[in-house]
Amino acid sequence: MRFWREVGGLIQKELQLEWKQKYAIYGLGLYAITMVLVVSLGLQRSLPMQAWNVIFWIILLFISVNAVAKSFMGESPGQLLYLYNLAGPRAIITAKLIYNCLLMAAIAMLTLLFYVWLAAGAGIAAPGQYCVAVIIGSWTFAANLTLVSAIAARAQNKSTLLAVLSFPLVVPQMLVSISVSGKAILGQPWSDMVGELGFSISFIVIIAAVSVILFPYIWRE
Amino acid sequence: MANLKRKKILRTVNLVLAIGLISYVIVAGLTKTLPYQNPNLDQTSRSVFYHVPMWFAMMAMGYTSVVYSIMFLRKGNPRADVKAREAGRLTIFFGLLGLLTGIAWSRVTWAEGLPNTDPAAWWPWDPKQTSALIVVLIYCGYFVLRRSFDEENQRARIASIYNIFAAASIYPLFYVVPKALGGLHPNTGDKGSAIIDMSPEIYSVFWPGVIGMVCLAAWILDVRARMAVVNHEINELQYENA
Repeated sequence: MRFWREVGGLIQKELQLEWKQKYAIYGLGLYAITMVLVVSLGLQRSLPMQAWNVIFWIILLFISVNAVAKSFMGESPGQLLYLYNLAGPRAIITAKLIYNCLLMAAIAMLTLLFYVWLAAGAGIAAPGQYCVAVIIGSWTFAANLTLVSAIAARAQNKSTLLAVLSFPLVVPQMLVSISVSGKAILGQPWSDMVGELGFSISFIVIIAAVSVILFPYIWRE
Repeated sequence: MANLKRKKILRTVNLVLAIGLISYVIVAGLTKTLPYQNPNLDQTSRSVFYHVPMWFAMMAMGYTSVVYSIMFLRKGNPRADVKAREAGRLTIFFGLLGLLTGIAWSRVTWAEGLPNTDPAAWWPWDPKQTSALIVVLIYCGYFVLRRSFDEENQRARIASIYNIFAAASIYPLFYVVPKALGGLHPNTGDKGSAIIDMSPEIYSVFWPGVIGMVCLAAWILDVRARMAVVNHEINELQYENA
């Protein structure tokens, strides 16, 4: 019970901090709209829908690396030490995982909105299914990147390291997401997507459990 | 003492198996008459005796590396980290060997042999091939991570954490993604496993090849890890004398 109270408090702290700084909303929103603009102006709307789908996932990958990287690197060592005195390591990583999932789902929806408006809206046959695929796909990014950003935050050349460590981990899962959302573009029924979506969700659960088990070792000094 | 003697016997058995089985596979794999399968594969199916065992060796080394990383996190013994590192290095080594042999084979049977493929392609984007490349990239990332720490204990701990996390996040996918996306290899999409329907002429050479290659990898791992431990101790002695 105490564990979940700590987790709740930490998530509340992240949300309040975000509301005060508005870093994610403005910074990442701008990042998203710039990338969508460059892609759609540069390509002159001359691509098939499945190619737009892949480009959307690549944009989302870069946005999520930037968004999640902040979760451990953005905080000064003093701030982290203070946090560690207040709560246990398991509560900290659980709160970061949940907060990153919330953040990524919000940013993914925002990016999707720009994307549909500016680049490739008309071609999605099943918008509801596409949204679900995007939210679950963004959670797989968040789950993978949270612990990797905690690892990279310990090293010297942080931002390069984050990309080197996380991209090979994210790629296979991204292929699954691309295949699911490609089905949503064609308007295939839910029953064709349930298997892959269920696989993604079980993958997220495994990654989250492993993160919670391993994080105390990073924290121990 | 008894323990040391047992280790010595194990090492000898391992080395004899590695040399014996690999020599057998080199001779038998090249000279044996194989049953005719299809015009695409034909004589190139001999690659299965060399290419596939390299993957077995790579996966064996990958899992070994993860097991030693877990042991390091539990016990904190620096030797376990040395073994995890050397096993990681061998994962890259056998991964590159497997990729090279696979690329050569894929050029002949897939790129030039199959209809609707580019005959000049050296990389057919098969999911199994790509996932092997991803394992090699992960271990490259592991070594980049190791190099960015100066303090030994911290380096070993953080690298072990990444090793375990990467394995937990990637290895399950290797059994699911190729099945889901489909590809050119056996055991992808609707295709059955080639290992299960293997004819006796082939598996009598294939399985010795697998065992021999894994034993060879284990032998290299053992020699390199012992060398690394000795080097480490020499360094410490020099440090103490200086």
